Parts: sequence; structure tokens; C-alpha cells
Amino acid sequence: MTSPLLAVRNLTVDFGDHPAVRGVDLEVHRGETLGLVGESGSGKSVTALAVLGLLPAAGRIGGSVQLDGRELVGLPAKQLAGIRGRRIAMVFQDPLSAFTPVYRIGDQIAEAVRVHQPVSRDAARRRAADLLDLVGIPDPKRALDAYPHEFSGGMRQRAMIAMAVANDPDILLADEPTTALDVTIQAQVLDVLRTAQRETGAALVLVSHDLGVIAGSADRVAVMYAGRIVETAPVDELFTAPRHPYTLGLIGAVPRLDGRGGPLVPIPGRPPAAGELRGPGCPFADRCPLVEDRCRTAEPPLTGGGTHPAGGGTHLAACLRADHLAATRPAPAEVYPVPEVPAADAAPREEREPVLAVSGLTRSFPRYRGTLLRRRIGETFAVDGVDLDIRRGETLGLVGESGSGKSTTLYEILKLAAPQGGRIELLGQDTAALDRAAAHRLRARVQIVFQDPAASLDPRMPVGDVIAEPLLAQRVPAADARRRIPELLRQVGLDPAHADRYPHEFSGGQRQRISIARALAVRPDLLVLDEPVSALDVSVQAGVLNLLQQLKAELGLAYLFVSHDLSVVRHLADRVAVMYLGRTVETGTVERVFAEPRHPYTRALLAAVPLPDPAAERARPRLLLAGDPPSPAERHLGCPFRSRCPVHAALAPEQRTRCATELPPATPAAPGVDHTAACHFPDGGRPPLGHAGTDPACPPPRRG
Amino acid sequence: MTGYLARRLGYYVVLLTAAVFLAYALTSTALGPRAYFEAKQPRPSAAAVDRQLTALNLNDRTPVVERFGTWANGVLLHADLGRTIHGTAVNDEFGRRIWVSMRLLLVGSVLGMLLGVAAGAWSAVRQYRLSDRALTVISFVLLSTPVFLLALLLKNGAIAAKNAAGHDVIPFTGYETPNLSGGLGTHLADWGLHLLLPTLSLALGGLATYSRYQRSTMLDVLGADYLRTAQAKGLTRGRALIKHGLRTAIIPMTTMFAYAFLGLFTGAAFTETIFGWHGMGEWFIQAVNEQDVNSVVAVNLFAAVVVLAAGFLADALHAALDPRVRTA
Amino acid sequence: MSAETMEQTVAGERAPVGRVRLAAGRLAGSRGALTGVVVLALLFLLAFVGPYLTPWDYATPDYTALRQPPSGQHWFGTNGLGQDVFAQTVRGLQKSLVIGLLVAVLSTGLASLVGACAGYFGGWTDRVLTFLVDLMLIFPAFLVIAVISPRLRGSGWIAFVVLLAVFNWMITARVIRSMTRSLREREFVAAARFMGVAPFRIIWRHILPNVSSFLIIDATITVGGAVMSEAALSYFGFGVRPPDVSLGTLLAAGAGDAPVFPWLFYFAAGLLVLFVLAVNLVGDGLRDALDPTAAPGRRARKTANSSRRSTS
Repeated sequence: MTSPLLAVRNLTVDFGDHPAVRGVDLEVHRGETLGLVGESGSGKSVTALAVLGLLPAAGRIGGSVQLDGRELVGLPAKQLAGIRGRRIAMVFQDPLSAFTPVYRIGDQIAEAVRVHQPVSRDAARRRAADLLDLVGIPDPKRALDAYPHEFSGGMRQRAMIAMAVANDPDILLADEPTTALDVTIQAQVLDVLRTAQRETGAALVLVSHDLGVIAGSADRVAVMYAGRIVETAPVDELFTAPRHPYTLGLIGAVPRLDGRGGPLVPIPGRPPAAGELRGPGCPFADRCPLVEDRCRTAEPPLTGGGTHPAGGGTHLAACLRADHLAATRPAPAEVYPVPEVPAADAAPREEREPVLAVSGLTRSFPRYRGTLLRRRIGETFAVDGVDLDIRRGETLGLVGESGSGKSTTLYEILKLAAPQGGRIELLGQDTAALDRAAAHRLRARVQIVFQDPAASLDPRMPVGDVIAEPLLAQRVPAADARRRIPELLRQVGLDPAHADRYPHEFSGGQRQRISIARALAVRPDLLVLDEPVSALDVSVQAGVLNLLQQLKAELGLAYLFVSHDLSVVRHLADRVAVMYLGRTVETGTVERVFAEPRHPYTRALLAAVPLPDPAAERARPRLLLAGDPPSPAERHLGCPFRSRCPVHAALAPEQRTRCATELPPATPAAPGVDHTAACHFPDGGRPPLGHAGTDPACPPPRRG
Repeated sequence: MTGYLARRLGYYVVLLTAAVFLAYALTSTALGPRAYFEAKQPRPSAAAVDRQLTALNLNDRTPVVERFGTWANGVLLHADLGRTIHGTAVNDEFGRRIWVSMRLLLVGSVLGMLLGVAAGAWSAVRQYRLSDRALTVISFVLLSTPVFLLALLLKNGAIAAKNAAGHDVIPFTGYETPNLSGGLGTHLADWGLHLLLPTLSLALGGLATYSRYQRSTMLDVLGADYLRTAQAKGLTRGRALIKHGLRTAIIPMTTMFAYAFLGLFTGAAFTETIFGWHGMGEWFIQAVNEQDVNSVVAVNLFAAVVVLAAGFLADALHAALDPRVRTA
Repeated sequence: MSAETMEQTVAGERAPVGRVRLAAGRLAGSRGALTGVVVLALLFLLAFVGPYLTPWDYATPDYTALRQPPSGQHWFGTNGLGQDVFAQTVRGLQKSLVIGLLVAVLSTGLASLVGACAGYFGGWTDRVLTFLVDLMLIFPAFLVIAVISPRLRGSGWIAFVVLLAVFNWMITARVIRSMTRSLREREFVAAARFMGVAPFRIIWRHILPNVSSFLIIDATITVGGAVMSEAALSYFGFGVRPPDVSLGTLLAAGAGDAPVFPWLFYFAAGLLVLFVLAVNLVGDGLRDALDPTAAPGRRARKTANSSRRSTS
């Protein structure tokens, strides 16, 4: 084997007396892609920063990082700065905060060029324009003069990649490069990253918590837990025959879009926080189903365990039971306890009473402009025709990218007032006809759980008070409200004795459980869940999803479940509604929509979701959607999706006119079938009959 | 950007109009020019007092709105601020004093801001080291010392130095040496020396305030992702701190600038009185004691214009420094 | 409430105690806050009992003793007019204690009310209140107080306290407004709104506790600031007028003489520092008591960490 480009040996990072990275060994070879997987606090980002020598001031680094045999640890700051950006470049997670807000994008990229190359201002600027062109930003010359806040998230991340490859680096470190992005944009950015890698021949280190992203991009994978690498193997080997129970658990905890993989198995407990001190033994022992007494005496080393995988490469695991796993190759559910989720209400849909019926909902916000006198210059049509229908005991998944109007739809429903346009009927009551008292009573029957449990709980309120709040708002006497707190905490799997603690004393998953307990306090009929698990770690997310299923079955709740994560929706929802630019473009049962999507947008969404399975991921047909969604600031004549629509692009001119002039109505796939699509040419323009199993006839995607 | 600034300017004009009316109404009801004339020896007749008051547009038997109308008419149409209680033109006094005050305010505010920003940024970069802690203690002491006390202490120091040396070391009265001969250079040097103590007493307070705020905004910026990005592309820490860090961290200071000017104006009143500068502040104190309504209003007008100008300047600076507000 | 849950409650599961009692418990457990309260109490005792301990009056001069250092006769010495410095100091302390605390409470209260309403309600409420704040901000407070205060001479120095408070709250209100605006967008406030909690109740239960750190710091700074503002105004004869005194006027009068006649300056200065220090101690304790992430809560967090593994 050739000598590695980057060799990390026994890397340690401490913050005070908190070790964040505890002896990491990594090798990166020219041109390869290494995936570094881990949950929050596992030390994966700190490892990446340590390689560049960019740790916060409090961090102490130990061990060795060698680039082409040259030691980087302990190198004088000036020499290190000469290597950063030229030989090793980094793409950061959140491109909005990673660009200096007060400088133009072009200037920031040109600066990266001029730091390392003695070129003129103009030459650097031309180079910046070329780079923006390379990453597929339209009209790169004009984009140079844009400020970071004027770019969309996807554009910013492209620009970030352009800046990273400005000096043809040997190694690209990408730290969660797609985490803040929508799936279709994520697919674009991953594509750009691959292009950039191909153009520069650089090695790519892809740091991510998302097994799907890793499965589709990496050649080799290293799994981090509690500051150490616990398993490393070629990507196929790792996913098919994991030898560390943590890896196995991660694979089992991720819901899969293709519906395969069986029930979700949560890993009990929670990942240790960064730098949390612990005793001797394996740091995973407390959560491990295969734990033995000897696991608790000493931390197992990362070793090969005697076997070598097929297809070359090495497979190492830091587990005493690795041989057992290698030999038996169990499925996650065979190792981890599978929670029992009681069956939901089995009554046929038509017999269950409607909980929420929304039809033709619209909501626009005026936009103003002007100097002395503000004048109205137009409207932003945030919600522009939404139809939803939820029955008792049912979960409707509301899916769409950011800016599609999902959140506005929720807030319009929760306002319990007359909507701007359309009709909202909640539990049989038209919200437009409610007086104040009736609206207040109705509030108790619909509750919301927010995305970020850290933000949705008042940090200055003990959780007991938090949970009692909706009861007090419904004028339940304070003493009665207080007495219900322990019962509610127990219902969501928390210790009732913790009611006097403040939210910050709980982990993310626990906080989300508190949020759910608060929502349940007033015994609602409908729970609105706004991205309830997207802020949680994978291993914890499964537990919360299972809890939601269990509560639904026990209490007969209905859920309006908003998510950008189609895999989660597939796992949890009974029916699904897809939104694009403020409209519902497709609705139907989960089985039908996911198996036979009719609207081209739904097909593109589904195609963009990476599968946590390298073989399936490689075999999956790719369908890249071009560009960003258009602005909701103008009302589009005809079909709003046509500017990005692959079907539209392949149509004959006279057919296109129809898309351009006529707004497609929602039409069912067949009479009486619960599956509608708002498209003039559903199912790729072919008649919606006898189509199962065939790939939609989509033209090759326009790149960029 | 011009749109944004024009909107702010429009708002300030409305604000100024309302404020000046309120100031006029308040001053002319709170002060008693009638009592001032009645207390004259020999005591003038009631009719004479009335006549005099009417001539000065101070007669409290005329409704306030009407008096304000007369006054505003003079200001807007003839740029005439009215008459002092002694019958002289307010304009003359105003013209004499405005540059005395402006010199103090401008030098004091700019000096305080520059020193404060530099000290704060430096303090943040060296957080928790000895120099940071020393600066923290000093600025807290300065912050809790009122300007008049600071000015008195500086003056006492100068007096002590004079007594020790036998001659003026640093001048502590007035804004120039009377009857000084010599060229422009001598005069400038003389002005500068006279400015030293008064501006110091003003600037030190500003320095303390600015440095505290700059320290905290700079500390926020130190952890910012873009500072890490700047270093990741190959900038050294020092360059990244100045070019990307400080550049962003001074933006909130523009808002501070407007607020600091408020305090500065009050401080200037004390400084002028203590160091014997015949500026607007000193005039104000004198005018209140003499029940001189038009002079008090003139100073109020000056204060309002200066404060709003500082506010507008802050807005313009903010827009110039931060591209995000320009589009707003 | 069902009988079943009632039973459970009785069976050893006490209902949680709630925020106010938790915070009160934390405050009582803070040594700094207790020290501050004790010092404040002693200062009040000195200020209001002190005048009865000495035969001298704060205004009446003792012509036999001019500028005398502290002695058994005049505990803190005498000034240039022969007035007893101890009597003057305790008299001044009375004024300054009340002025400082009252101005701080009034102005911070007003600021949080106006700021929170402007920020929370937005729209026209915001526009009107912001205009009001800007209007009052245009004039340096000193100018307005100087113009008004001669009129209020008859109504005593409480009117002066109100005046100081009324012209001191605006900048704080602006800060509170902008903090409220960002808090209003936070999800826990939205959650409360969707639960049907009334607006003023949201302000009281969610907004103000979350800006309390700033409010408390602001109030403690205002205490010192108010005493100094009063001194500054008095220096020009607009505040407390001779022969009446405050700590501020004593300081101003004694500052020049401090190197030669230290007792004229340092007794007043020392008491003022003690006062401001005590207020800061109480403020810090209160802030930590209201902020669950502050240091005293750390012990609780550790226990939560260790028990966390069992759940989630």
C-alpha cells in the first residue's frame, strides 16, 4: 500500500480536563473519500478541526498529524497558515455563519486565492468567477458581487465549496456539509462536492451524522463514539457486516425510505456529551445489549479481530464481541430489544370522525417598500392552496422543502381564526365561526410540539411549571395542575422526581419528551408535530418516534406530522401530503405515494433521499432537480413547478402551453382511490394505468 | 441605502419638530421671566413688565401655542432664535458659543470612541489575562465616576502641578491663552493644550463605555464561524481577527455612538463650567438661573439637533458598514 | 383529576414545588446575597437611627470646631463651616439610599413595562411607544430636569426621585424592546401563545424572566448612577439644596479637599461604595437564583447527568 497522504496517529484533544478526542488514528489516501460518522459530541468535528490546527483556544492537541510525512502538530502558526487553504481546505457546516456577513462572496473567494497565490486583484476575481461556475452557480460574474445573506442556503454551500477548492487542495475536509439543507439541495451539493473532488483530484474527508449521505459517497468509513474510532471498514463491509454493536444499533435506528429494515430499534440511553468524564471500560458498555463483565474493566483497542473482509481493505473494531458479531451477522432487531408498539385503531378510515379538514387555505404577506411613505409593492404567497384531511387516530405527514409553506400552514391552523382564504374545520368546528371563548376551549384540543426542544421550553422555568402551563391556560386550578405533572412525566418515560429541574439539565431526547408531555397535558385530540425529531441524534430519534406511535395507539390521537425527512414520514405516517411553493401537489396513503409517486416533484424528492445502504444507494436511479424553488413573491401563472420540472422539459411545445397557462387541479389516480396529484401530466406523462414498477421516463437531469 | 437613510431622516425631522415644541412649552411654563423682571430694582410697573415680556415674546398671558408660533416663525423664516432676557439677540450668543462646544464634543466623542474601540477589542483578544483584567477594573472605576468629579479631580491635579512647578504646566481655564502672539502653529498648539483636560474628562467616560461594549461584541465574534473560515483559507489569526473579526464587531458600536452622545452633552455642561469654557452648557446653566426662556430653548434646540445628527450619522455608518441593513 | 392519580400522589409522589419557591430557595442559599441584604439593612439602620445617636444637627454649625479631624466630640470631624460630618453623612445616606433604590426600581420597572409591551405587541403599540422613547431620548435628561426642578422645589425630594426615574428608563426600554422582539420569535413563547396563555401573562411568565439578568444588572447600575446623577444636579444647585445634603453633595464638596482633609470625603465615599457593593451582591444573588444555568445549579446538573442514562 502506498504511503498515506494524511496520517493521523493517536490524536488527542482536551478542553481543560475534558477529553474530546481520545486517541484517533486515521489514514487518508490520494483521491479517496473517507466518511467519518458519529453523533453529536462524538468528537468528529473536533477531529477535523484539529487536523487543520483550528481548535478553539482552550483546546490542547496531542499525538501526530502528518501531511505527506510532514508533521503538522506543533508547526509554527505562520507555516500552518500556509498549508491551510492550499493543501488542506475545509467546507463548514452552516454556510450562513461561515461567511463573513459584511464582505461580498466574490471578495471572500478572491481573498482565499490571493492569500496563497501572487496574482493581481483582477486575476483573483476572474478565478473566483470560474470557481463559482465550476460549482454551478448561475451567472457567476454577477454572483461575485452578492453578499452572503442574499444567497440561498444551497448557493452559499456551493460558494463555500468553491472557496475551499480555490487553491486545488490535496485534501478537502467537509464537516456536515449538507446538514442544514433540504434533500433536493443536499443531492445537488453532494454532486458538486464530487465534481470538485474529481476536478482537483483531492481526497475527501466527509464528516456526517447521516448514514445515508455516508453510504452514497464514502469509500471507507470510520465510526466515532465518545472521542474514539470504534469501527472502521470499507463502506459495503461496514453496512453489511458491522462488528461493533454501536454501528449495528445506528443502522437499526435509522428509518429507511424503502421501507425495508424492519422496526426501529432505539439504542437505550443517550450518547455521552463531549468531554464527559467516565470510568474505565468500554464507553458504550452502559448502552450495549451485548455487554459482558470484562467490557467494564478496560477500554477495548481498535483491532482487526483476525478476519479480513472480502474486497480488500481492513476492518477494525474496538469491541470485545467483534468476533461474535462477525461470525453471527445479526440484524439490529436481533441484538437490541424491540419495543412493543401497540396496534393502532383498526377501524376503516371512513368510519372515523374527521379531526382536521383544510381546503383551499391561502395566506399571503404584504411586502412593503418606500422611503418616506411605505407603499405596498406586492405580496408573498406563503400558502396558496393547501388541502389537508385528518381522521381520528391517523397520522398525516406534511412534506416539503424549506419555504414551501409548511410552517405557515401550521400557524394558520393553530391561530384558530378565520383564514385569509379557504376553510379550516377543526373537530367539526369552522374556525372562522369561533368566538373568543370557543376558540379558547378549542385550544385545549389541539396542541403543538416544536422542532427544537431546546428552544421550545422556557429555559427559566422548571419542567413541572412547563408541563402545567397549558392546564393553567385552560384555567385548571393550580393545585390540580401540579398534581397531574408526575403522571404526565411518567407517560412519556421520564422520572416524575425530575419535575423540579430546569430544561437545560435534560438531554435533547428528554427535552422533546417534556415537550410531548406538555402537549398531552390537556388531553388533546390533535397533536401538531413540527419536525419533532430533526434536532435529535439518530440513536435517540428512534426512541421518540416509537413513543409517538405508542401514544397515538394508547390515546387515539391524530397527528399532523411536519417533516422534511421523508424516511421518518414513511415510517410514522398513515397518509402524506406533499407541498411545493405553498400548494399541496400530491396527497395519498403512504404506501401509494412512496411506491408510486405521481407528481414529478414528489418523484424528485424521493429520488434525492440517500439510503443508508451502499449497494441500494449505488443502484438507485438519480434524479437531480435543477436550481432553487422560485420565489413565492409572485403568483405563477400555470403550474408553479414547471421551471424545475423534468417532465415539463421533455414535453412537446403544445403540451407545455398547458403547463404554462393552466393551474393543475388535484385529481385522484382513479375514482375512489386515496391518491391525488396536481399535475397535468402525472406519472411522467403516461396514462396512470398499469404502471407499477416502471421507472418514470425522465430526461437526464440538468446539472447545476 | 439612500432609501433607508431618507426614511430615517424623515423620522428624525418629525421627532425634532415634536421635541422642540415640547421643549418650548415646558421651558416657557416652568421658568418665570415675569418674576425675573418683577424682582428688578426699582420695581417696574406691571404694565412695563408686560410690555417688556411681550417685546421678548415671553408674556405668559399669551397662550403657549401662540408664543411658539411666533418663535417658530422667526426660526424658520428668518433663522432668528429670538431675544435673550437682556434684550440681546440669541443668535449672537449662539454663534459665539457653538464652536466652543462643538470643539469639545467632537474631539471628546471621536477620541473616546477610537480609544474605547481599540481598548475593548484588545481586551477581548486577551480575555482573562492581566491586561484585560486591569482594563476592566479601570473602566469600571471610570464608569462609576461622574464627569463632574473627574473634571474636578483633573483640575485639582493641574492646580497641584502648577503649585509644584510654580507656573502653568497644563492650562485649566478657558479655551485659549488671551492675547497670545505668534503664528498659526502657536495658536494651534495653544488650542490643543487647552483642549487636553476638558476633552480628557469627557473622553475617559466614553472610553470606558465603548471599551466595555466593544469587548463584549468582540468576544461574541471571537467564536464566530467565519473567523474560523478565514483562518481555514490560510489567513493568520491576527489578520483574520482584524480583517474579519473587528470589521464585523464594530457594527453594533454605531448604535452606541448615538447613545453615548447623549451622555456626552450632559458631561460637556459640567466640563465647560469647571474649566471656564464659555460654551453652550455654561450658557444653559446661566440661562436657567436667569429665567431666560429663549436662551434655554436655543440650547435645547442645539442639543436636539446634535443628538439627532449623531443618530443619523450612526445610521449612515451602520448602513455603510453592514450590507444587511441596506436592503432592509 | 381521577381518584387513581390522586392515590398515586398520596403514595409518596409530592407535587413539584414550582419556580418561585425554587428561586427563593436558591436565593436564600446564596451567601453573597445574604451578605448584601445584611449590609443594606445595617446601612438603613445607620441612616435612620444615626441622627438620634449624636447631639449634633446636620445643618447647625459648631463655630468652636472648624475643619476638625474626627474626635470623640465630632465622630467624623467637622467641615469648613463647623458642621458635624457624622450628622451630615447619615442625613446624606438617608437621601441617597432612598434615591438610589427608588429610582432604580421605578426606572427599571417602567423600562421593562414599556419595552416588553412595545416588543411583544409590535405594530402600532410599538410605533407609538418607540416614538415616545425616542422623543424623551432626544434631550439629555439633565437639561429637562434642570428646567423643571426649580418648579418642584416645594414638593420635596420625592418629586426629584420621580423626575430622575422618569428620565432614566429610555435606553433600557429600547434594549428590552429588542430583546423581547427576539424572544417573541422563540418557540417557547409561540408554544405559550398556542396554548392560549394571555399576552400579559406571557410577558410576565416568559419574557420578563428571560430578560431578568439584564434587568437586574441594569437596576444595580442605576442605583449608583442615580446617586451620582443627583450629585451632579445638586452640584449646579438643581437637586438637593444646602443646607440639606446627600452623599453626592458631600462628595462633590469634599472632593477638592480630600488630600488635606480626608474625613470630608472618605466617610461619604466609603458608605457609597459599601451601598453600591451591597446592591450588587444582592443583584448577583438574585440573577443567579433566577438563572438556572448559573453556578449554584451545577451540583444539581451533575446528579441529573448520572441519572440521565436510565431514561431517554
